[in-house]
Amino acid sequence: MASVTMTVNGKQTSADVDERTLLVQFLRENLRLTGTHVGCDTSQCGACVVHVDGVARKSCTTFAWQVDGAKITTIEGVANGSTLHPMQEAFREHHGLQCGFCTPGMIMAAIDMVNRKGNDLDDKTIRHELDGNLCRCTGYHNIVKAIAAGAKAMAK
Amino acid sequence: MTATGIGAPVRRKEDQRFITGRGHYTDDHARPGQVYAHFIRSPHAHAKLTKIDTAEASRMPGVIAVYTGEDFAVDKLGSLICGWMVNSRDGSPMNMAPNPALAAGKVNHVGDAYAVVIAETLAQAKDAAEKVVTDFEILPAVIDPVEAQKKGCHQIHECAPDNTIYRWHIGDPDANAGAMKKARHVTRLDFINNRLVPNALEPRAAVAEYDVGAEHFTLWTTSQNPHVARLVISAFIGVAPEHKLRVIAPDVGGGFGSKIFIYPEEVVCLWAAKKVARPVKWTADRSEAFVTDAHGRDHVTHAELGFDENNKIVGMRVKTIANLGAYMSTFSSAVPTYLYATLLSGQYDIPSIYCEVDSVYTNTVPVDAYRGAGRPEATFVVERLMEVSARELGVDPAELRRKNFVRSFPYQTVVASLYDAGDYDASLAKAMDIHDVKGFRQRKRESARRGKLRGLGYSTYIEACGVAPSAVVGSLGAGVGLWESAEVRVNPTGSVEVLTGSHAHGQGHETTFAQLVSERLGIPIDNVTVVHGDTDKVQFGMGTYGSRSGAVGMSAIVKALDKVEAKAKKIAAHLLEAAEGDIEFKDGMFSVAGTDKSIGFGDLALAAYVGHKFPTSEIEPGLKEGAFYDPTNFTFPAGCHICELEVDPDTGAVRIDRWTAVDDFGTVINPMIVEGQVHGGIAQGVGQALLEHAVYDKDGQLMSGSFMDYAMPRAENFPTFQVGMTETKCPSNPLGMKGCGEAGAIAAPAAVMNAITNAIGTEHIDMPATPAAVWRALKQSAPAQAA
Repeated sequence: MASVTMTVNGKQTSADVDERTLLVQFLRENLRLTGTHVGCDTSQCGACVVHVDGVARKSCTTFAWQVDGAKITTIEGVANGSTLHPMQEAFREHHGLQCGFCTPGMIMAAIDMVNRKGNDLDDKTIRHELDGNLCRCTGYHNIVKAIAAGAKAMAK
Repeated sequence: MTATGIGAPVRRKEDQRFITGRGHYTDDHARPGQVYAHFIRSPHAHAKLTKIDTAEASRMPGVIAVYTGEDFAVDKLGSLICGWMVNSRDGSPMNMAPNPALAAGKVNHVGDAYAVVIAETLAQAKDAAEKVVTDFEILPAVIDPVEAQKKGCHQIHECAPDNTIYRWHIGDPDANAGAMKKARHVTRLDFINNRLVPNALEPRAAVAEYDVGAEHFTLWTTSQNPHVARLVISAFIGVAPEHKLRVIAPDVGGGFGSKIFIYPEEVVCLWAAKKVARPVKWTADRSEAFVTDAHGRDHVTHAELGFDENNKIVGMRVKTIANLGAYMSTFSSAVPTYLYATLLSGQYDIPSIYCEVDSVYTNTVPVDAYRGAGRPEATFVVERLMEVSARELGVDPAELRRKNFVRSFPYQTVVASLYDAGDYDASLAKAMDIHDVKGFRQRKRESARRGKLRGLGYSTYIEACGVAPSAVVGSLGAGVGLWESAEVRVNPTGSVEVLTGSHAHGQGHETTFAQLVSERLGIPIDNVTVVHGDTDKVQFGMGTYGSRSGAVGMSAIVKALDKVEAKAKKIAAHLLEAAEGDIEFKDGMFSVAGTDKSIGFGDLALAAYVGHKFPTSEIEPGLKEGAFYDPTNFTFPAGCHICELEVDPDTGAVRIDRWTAVDDFGTVINPMIVEGQVHGGIAQGVGQALLEHAVYDKDGQLMSGSFMDYAMPRAENFPTFQVGMTETKCPSNPLGMKGCGEAGAIAAPAAVMNAITNAIGTEHIDMPATPAAVWRALKQSAPAQAA
């Protein structure tokens, strides 16, 4: 067993877990934060993206003990109370989701993209940066629009 | 049009929970005391199970039970079934082999489950599975459907000689031979329609619970049609009686057909939940999904299209061999027959069509409906033939299409479909205009200056949605009617719940259906809740597939709303002391014609439940109505997609430069959602044409069995799509809707391949047109240049 302590969405949590426990399992099963999804087993789809100390990370290929002491933000933690994060708002406004399964990872990856690349993102940059996130529903068209708009809104 | 009514791009009601991570997908459900199932699957494509030793596994920590196919067989439960009977041309019934939820004695494809471990944790179940020792006697495997039919090939199932399920046909072979003989020109093509893996982002999952006291089962599962799942599991497999089984399909993360079918895992979880008296949970790994979710397509086809001296089509002849995999999945038999051959007339007036289809077993994952289901395969045949014919005849491909378009409706095709409405000239013209086809030559020259080959391809597709009517599909062998149900419950406060048998897994029904109700009843859209996906709440429903939820599901809601309005008018007449015939209902107000007497919908709803002011002996209290809607015909969405791309002759890499889609879906309720459906469909169609392929090696191992190996479309594979609409109303349903969910996936593959072949100047290339395939085709067509 491994003892882990981390701050998840501003709340400190500790647990003893099997060493094999992945961060995504810890979030979904121990903390019941089921917004972070698992869409594959090869780290390709990005449905599991969370922020570890402010940086996007695939929680399906991270052991819980590897982020001991870190600050984790999940999709449940990005809104400010009842006020949505601008990127969440942009996904709704631009119909950037259909079944919603890839959406949490998309939004977390998009926020990270803005943090790294700035608020003025062109189509080509967004499409390239989305290499690690798969969506089967939208054809990416509206996701690209949503991220461009969300990036601009985050500057305000 | 109101701000939230029919035609408005209303932002989706369901999005709030999805963008905040508060959706409830099947795997998000945790039941008190739940345990985990891990399936043990065949690593071989075809093998006898000579011995399975579970003793050590059973002693592993946390293990509750290990069951094999032999244990499952003891309870004498029914087999998984294919629900659509298709007869061979000689009248003999299809050869449906047994398909037990856990294989016993023999396994027939890699991934075939023959045992299951139930343990306290998933890790313990997986650890124990490693300790199950199985002796296999490996048998020869066959992957290719053409090989499977050859003499000398081993027989997979006792019931199916030559591994053939049926030899079906449509049309008159002799008359067709006569028609083809008269052709001045015949275009001949051989196609492989590549096998695909649906890959909805949410893997399949099941949580099964048994209440010992109530003798009642509950199943949460990733289903597009929970009522059909309940029916099959109870009536055919017999795990639980229908009235003692509740099936809930909560938020479902994409389906594309793959979640229509009744799979072994949910059956085994239900069965095991009773045996171990604990809730049992199973969630597929992606690797597991690759070898268990029903695959799509996989046709081998030879097709011929004959023209007279005026370039009018005189006949078409098609022979297809369809690979249905190791077992017949739920609707597999219908896909390469009634959903394929009936669309071979395309948008064209074709006086004679003959089509033969053989469906065969192979040692591969079962194949069933995947977005479009038969119609993409048909469109690919028709639209590749048209484009190649135009090239061979030396005429403009748009002109050849115009020459042969159906223009008079209704139009009875020679392959059973009755086209009810359409304007194929309009969608072609609008697409050419938006696309700027006129500027193509200029753009091609500009590409050539950069050493690139530019091509343009059309796909003027047709599809049939809302499979119907029940009497017709019944006569063709369907085991179920294909109507839909709806119930409209008006609450005393005037808010409304709509219970629908349709199921949303990305389509946005909670919004679209609410738009209809909001407009009809004149109430705010926020006062409408759409309830679906729970057999305890909705009485019965056929679910969502084949783009049927608008045309069929919403028509049922319209019927129920008609009944609500009729009853409300009776009540209003009493409240307003007027004749029923004088009551008008508009914008949420019931009023007496020619007077200022009126009552609002909310007040009337309350009055309906209070019942003080109307004679409850004549009119029952309450305001709740249900309806079943059985369509009178399919609907026939159609349109034109144009793909323009560049090929790099040095590498064979293809870059799609522009894409134009103009579709006629009839009435559109929410254009934002409809355009989203088109985008997603195009992406799946482009995926088929350029990237995706379920590749088996000769031993039956799936070589592209993960997202590392199977090329899923990514954002960088696409340009921004240009989407336009034309509209002819569907005359057979009250809203004039046709359906939009599959159009992109149906139209796109042919458009891409027509564009690639236009660019590289050879027709000899199969999907997916990977850089290697394109480069090889270029080399073979012009070896001197490429060298």
